Amino acid sequence: MKNVLMLILKRGGASLITVFIISLIIFIGVEMLPGDVAETVLGQSATPETVEAFRRELKLDLPPHVRYVAWLNDFVHGHFGNSLANGRPVAELISQRLANTLFLASTTAIIAVPLAIFLGMLAAFYRNTFFDKLISTTTLSFISFPEFFIAYILISLFSVQLNIFPSLSIIEENMAFGSRLYTILLPALTLTCVVTAHMMRQTRAAIINVLASAYIEMAEIKGIKRSRIIMLHAFPNSLSPVINVIAVNLAYLVVGVVIVEVVFVYPGLGQLLVDSVSKRDLPVVQASGLIFSIAYIFLNMAADILAMLSNPKLRQSKN
Amino acid sequence: MLKLLKQSPLSARIGMGIVLLNCLVAVFAPLIAPFGETKVVGDVWESFSPQFYLGTDHIGRDLFTRMVYGARNTIALAFITTILSFLFGSLLGFIAAAKGGWTDQLLSRVIDILMAFPTLIFALMILSVLGSSIPTLIFTIAILDSTRVYRLSRAVAMDIEVMEFVEAARLRGEGLWWIISHEILPNALPPLIAEFGLRFCFVFLFIASLSFLGLGLQPPLADWGGMVRENAGAITFGIYIPLIPAGAIAFLTVGVNLVVDWFLHLSSGLHE
Repeated sequence: MKNVLMLILKRGGASLITVFIISLIIFIGVEMLPGDVAETVLGQSATPETVEAFRRELKLDLPPHVRYVAWLNDFVHGHFGNSLANGRPVAELISQRLANTLFLASTTAIIAVPLAIFLGMLAAFYRNTFFDKLISTTTLSFISFPEFFIAYILISLFSVQLNIFPSLSIIEENMAFGSRLYTILLPALTLTCVVTAHMMRQTRAAIINVLASAYIEMAEIKGIKRSRIIMLHAFPNSLSPVINVIAVNLAYLVVGVVIVEVVFVYPGLGQLLVDSVSKRDLPVVQASGLIFSIAYIFLNMAADILAMLSNPKLRQSKN
Repeated sequence: MLKLLKQSPLSARIGMGIVLLNCLVAVFAPLIAPFGETKVVGDVWESFSPQFYLGTDHIGRDLFTRMVYGARNTIALAFITTILSFLFGSLLGFIAAAKGGWTDQLLSRVIDILMAFPTLIFALMILSVLGSSIPTLIFTIAILDSTRVYRLSRAVAMDIEVMEFVEAARLRGEGLWWIISHEILPNALPPLIAEFGLRFCFVFLFIASLSFLGLGLQPPLADWGGMVRENAGAITFGIYIPLIPAGAIAFLTVGVNLVVDWFLHLSSGLHE
């Protein structure tokens, strides 16, 4: 048990160091700008005095390492500075949008994870039949398609042809939960297609891998039904790779939302990030980029730790 | 080689057909396209007609012409980026494997950190600092993608590095470059070629996504991702124009994947 705790601490420490280095990279990246933020924002017509005053306001007159510590300190306390585009506090811009993005991502996860596991088990059960090939081909093509292609196919099907879902997911602040869910169903479906494809393929591979082992053969010889073998013998033992796959795909989901949000004009963090990149609104880019990276890194860490917990082999091999 | 092609399964042949078609269109773009790349020739969003095979786009340019030039720009950009990514990635991977020790440790840790960062977010941040231009785009994506190439080529080179012929070369007193270019590279080529196809798909989709977000190739240059973005508004009027460039992207990716599948099958030794 102590051994496991050490491994988890080690893995967590590695993630923390990664987050720290990434925050450093993000900070230095903005430092490298030709000229500085003050000049970029105020433009060429600004007098040296205004540039100087603005620089002091942004604390650009201090040395870089002092500013890095101050910036990180502010970030940890939720003060992200003001947007360069409209002067509003970044924290205020981000909080509502982060909630929207998390809502979309978690809705997708709730649909996609059970679906992927179910399809994966079915495909493993009926492997090498027509049904299995059908699922494999469909998922393979979903993997090769860009997200926006799937999105536009769904839009043309469900909102242009059948006219049952809106093609734009516009969320207002005081919308009821039900109508919110209705609005985001199409983007959630798009993301589900992309994520399910990966998860399902790996679930199938993991189960089939286990099916080749001796104890499964033993169970078969004992005359246990195949569905029972898959559910009770093969699935629990393939849980470790499956959990890992799910967590990795959830991490992917956090980033995958960016494009889908742009397609459906959904007011999430991804859209804010893309908008700010084209406006070069650096405080917003810094804050939202760092939030995305942290979510991604910690989900990947969760993937590793869960895989370690569910597979005794991984607990020992590293020491 | 010809015999191998004759034995190829149907799926691989379809894949090769798709790739070949796209390459031909890309190379002979000016000959195939009926109009100029950026020339406005008709009304907004005209439908299919003998004059405009695929209709016109959001400002009245011929969509077929844009598709043809788009093939050229998008594929060329992705191809150059993938080659650069392989140059960086495999060179560093081979050096790490051949030198070992702290060089390997340092390179691997740096790459680990780069890989822990979500690629799209990293690219967006770099583009926000440097602005989007073609060289920035190529270098950013090549460097981000080379981390994956590094991993593979290091692993492959590690296996080769312990072979007797490498040891023999070492004992002969050959230098690092000689060992990399004469011993490791020729033996690492087959897995790297299959990987090239996969990385090309990834880079191609990645550039298409960035262009779709408005941060890739800048207008008036035609590229497929950007064309989806420009014409996205049409879909709410029941005009399916954005599906054409998006479909072309999907079509080429599927084609490359089919060929790569066959390649992987061949090199894994699972004949019949």
